[in-house]
Amino acid sequence: MKFGVVVFPGSNCEDDTVFAFRHNLGQEIVKLWHKDHDLQGCDFVILPGGFSYGDYLRSGAIARFSPIMNEVIAHANKGGYVMGICNGFQILAEAGLVPGALLRNIERKYICSNIYLKPQSSSTLLTAGLEDRAYKIPIAHGDGRYFADEDTLKQINDNDQVLFRYCDESGVICPEANHNGSIENIAGVTNAGKNVFGMMPHPERASDEALGNIDGRFILEQVIQVLA
Amino acid sequence: METIEQLPTFETAKKLGLLPEEFDKIKQILGRTPNFTELSIFSVMWSEHCSYKNSIVWLKTLPRDSDRMLAKAGEENAGLVDIGDGLACSFKIESHNHPSALEPYQGAATGVGGINRDIFTMGARPIAQLNSLRFGNINSPKTQRLLKGVVKGIGDYGNAFGIPTVGGEIYFDDCYNTNPLVNAFSAGIVEVGKQASATSYGVGNPVFIVGSATGKDGIHGATFASEDITDKSTEKLPAVQVGDPFMEKLLLEATLEILGSGYVIGIQDMGAAGIICSTSEMSAKGEHGMIIDLDKVPTRQANMHGWEILLSESQERMLVVVQKGKEDLIKGIFDKWDLHCAQIGEVTDTQRLHFYQHGKLIADVPAEDLVLGGGAPQYHREYREPAYYQEFKKFDINAVADINGAAELKKVAEHLLSHPNICSRKWITEQYDSTVGTANRSTNRPSDAAVVRLRNPEKGDLNKAIVITVDCNGRYVNADPEVGCQIAVSEAARNIVCTGGEPLAITNNLNFGNPYNPEVYWQFVGAVKGMSKACVKFSTPVTGGNVSFYNQSSDDGPVFPTPTIGMLGLLENTENQMTLNFKNAGDLIYLVGESKDDIASSEYLYSYRDVKASPAPAFDLDMEFNVQESIKEMIQNKLVESVHDISDGGLFITLAESSFTNGLGFNIKTDGKLRTDAFLFGEAQSRVVVSVNNSQKDSIENLLRSKNVSFTLLGEVNDGSFIVDGETVITTKSAKNLYDNVIGRIMN
Repeated sequence: MKFGVVVFPGSNCEDDTVFAFRHNLGQEIVKLWHKDHDLQGCDFVILPGGFSYGDYLRSGAIARFSPIMNEVIAHANKGGYVMGICNGFQILAEAGLVPGALLRNIERKYICSNIYLKPQSSSTLLTAGLEDRAYKIPIAHGDGRYFADEDTLKQINDNDQVLFRYCDESGVICPEANHNGSIENIAGVTNAGKNVFGMMPHPERASDEALGNIDGRFILEQVIQVLA
Repeated sequence: METIEQLPTFETAKKLGLLPEEFDKIKQILGRTPNFTELSIFSVMWSEHCSYKNSIVWLKTLPRDSDRMLAKAGEENAGLVDIGDGLACSFKIESHNHPSALEPYQGAATGVGGINRDIFTMGARPIAQLNSLRFGNINSPKTQRLLKGVVKGIGDYGNAFGIPTVGGEIYFDDCYNTNPLVNAFSAGIVEVGKQASATSYGVGNPVFIVGSATGKDGIHGATFASEDITDKSTEKLPAVQVGDPFMEKLLLEATLEILGSGYVIGIQDMGAAGIICSTSEMSAKGEHGMIIDLDKVPTRQANMHGWEILLSESQERMLVVVQKGKEDLIKGIFDKWDLHCAQIGEVTDTQRLHFYQHGKLIADVPAEDLVLGGGAPQYHREYREPAYYQEFKKFDINAVADINGAAELKKVAEHLLSHPNICSRKWITEQYDSTVGTANRSTNRPSDAAVVRLRNPEKGDLNKAIVITVDCNGRYVNADPEVGCQIAVSEAARNIVCTGGEPLAITNNLNFGNPYNPEVYWQFVGAVKGMSKACVKFSTPVTGGNVSFYNQSSDDGPVFPTPTIGMLGLLENTENQMTLNFKNAGDLIYLVGESKDDIASSEYLYSYRDVKASPAPAFDLDMEFNVQESIKEMIQNKLVESVHDISDGGLFITLAESSFTNGLGFNIKTDGKLRTDAFLFGEAQSRVVVSVNNSQKDSIENLLRSKNVSFTLLGEVNDGSFIVDGETVITTKSAKNLYDNVIGRIMN
């Protein structure tokens, strides 16, 4: 199992992701340069958080046209695993690899905070093995309000494609826990093939005892336990 | 040299902010009358902002050395401190007050950009940021507009740049109504021996400008920062720069990559006074000269004058001198990061700067004469004790009524818990990314100072961390500059010690009014003297910083003297990281240090009793030191469950803050010999609250007795109420509601 994290200009979570996978999860991981056309044999590609190209246009709107995205899209279309975290999720949505879109937060403010997530889908690699409880994970974004039209929403609900919903500390999915105003509290989704994962919260920021929270590591470990 | 214009007179020099004697000195240095370009060069290089001409005499009296100092104050863009394991920490604080007063968003954003460039031009990768903010009355629409803009500016820039903002401080007071303070701090890490230098030498070595193109923004920004704010200031809007954090992020990565190549002679960012500042400071340091062709500088608009290109403060630019023959390698790295990179000249042995435009020499100036420590003027300014100082000392506590019964106690508690200077800063801090970089050890462990872990990309976590804080209570400094500044240094040290760290060094941001006002200058001198004393006591030398004068307006007069202290500490073993929150109901609560009948300069006296004139709170530097030494020992011996220093709002607020995280409370008794207000809300210094498991009672009391440090057993932690002398003042839940969303409610 080899992981790769794509570095776009303006990415700023690539080192965090590499550190978490290498030192907290003990996995092989390499950085992939956005101008390259080679996934270096990676089985699992991660699009990291950050502000690709400054996000001066819509978040992720330019990065999806980076040269390496051709290979990422081809990899996903062949059933290969791809995960986008925060800005990576925005890029996946812009590229059409996951359904829906990410809008400006409801209060039109950037939010950095510990929030709680409830795993939803029982049929994806990322969530099937998680416990039915609230996972404490940091968010840090300005454009994190998940939106999908009614048909799409029905489709992803019917097809068990919702990965996580925002909940309170005790696991209740309620409006108060929905900090960015996402539709139906949705924090992460997968594609119809369930091989592409997008989520706004940052599990890699909660994967190390040194940071006092390893709930994120439990989530990332799912991938390894199943695929190892 | 060819005359391309009529030679300027003193009238022009005056408009550029120069004094008659400075104009004469320039003529003497050049042996002729300067042309307008040269005059502009001297005016910005000799402005307060670049030359420190009105402060350097006193700054030189500060302690500046210790065994750990790798780059001392004034030697480089930022100080550099050895933190062991082959690593060094570069850290600095800098103000962007005047730009933020006019254009809060860009002013604050470019302040963040500037301070981070200072750090990564040292070769250090920034790992954490702090900020120290001062605003006027939060209920005024103007303050709200400024606060909103500044917070968004800091957030948008720092968040995109990708360095966590891990802490800071903010105060509101009418004295900052017109002139807010925006001080940004950054700390970075570099391997010892791999740091870069802001120098230039080696005849024929190429000089590159990299990053953004040069535009007309920020021209004479340094001069602008050296004047009072007036109604006309908004006419100077082009003197405020515009920031591009994406460009800065690329510049960071490219800069660290070229430094890694080993072929860089010297590098400096383009901050105040732009190209002229970098070329002159690097040349003066390397004792060489430069010949620069301004036609080769990429510009944003056509037909810029030579002096405009030289003085432009367009952001996200660097000047780099590299070894001759390595041009292609350097260009290749900038290409990789899609950055502009243009060779604009080369190093000479003349020790002079020759600037050409359209084939003509437009300025010829000696580098050394432009810079601080070289020919830039240094003044002893007159100072005089202001009348208010003695007036404040006449304050008589007996003229103030004590708290009258339980009902008033509750009222005072509610007033302070919801006071903008004390309440939760969540509305602000949530707009900053504090978790990017996966380095912030304080996210889930609240403490008095921020703890940022140190790592090696190959080996992983080093189990050690830097501990950083910014502190200054301007009200104390106003009441007594010397004592107030000692308190600022002491509080910074106390915050680091209470978190388990060892204070190492400071950077300072000296925000004062107009230095030509002798009473303002008296505040400045007093603050520097106080800082010296405290820094010597804590062995924390000054590694550099920033002086910001002219923080005043025609209507409101000068702001409180605000010498913000940014302190660096080291947590050698992360196992000793200490938190401020109570852990278990039933734990004993001790006050370490001495309670006093003192309410001077407290938030309680100032805003609840509305008494503005009182001296600084009770303070004794030796006692402070002893208290801190005892705290260090109890943390190392693992005797305490929580440690939190007493500062704004006094003991009661400290206990409240320790209660909130886990929804616990406290049950304490007051001291019958002291006034209730002084005991609960006084801000006498050198006091710390610790909570202790019952089993450690004897150990902790013995330790404190052996150290000769006073202490009081206040009571114990309970499961959710603030109880004083048997009466419930408020429940933790209600208190937290009051405390949590004050700023958010006002701002929305």
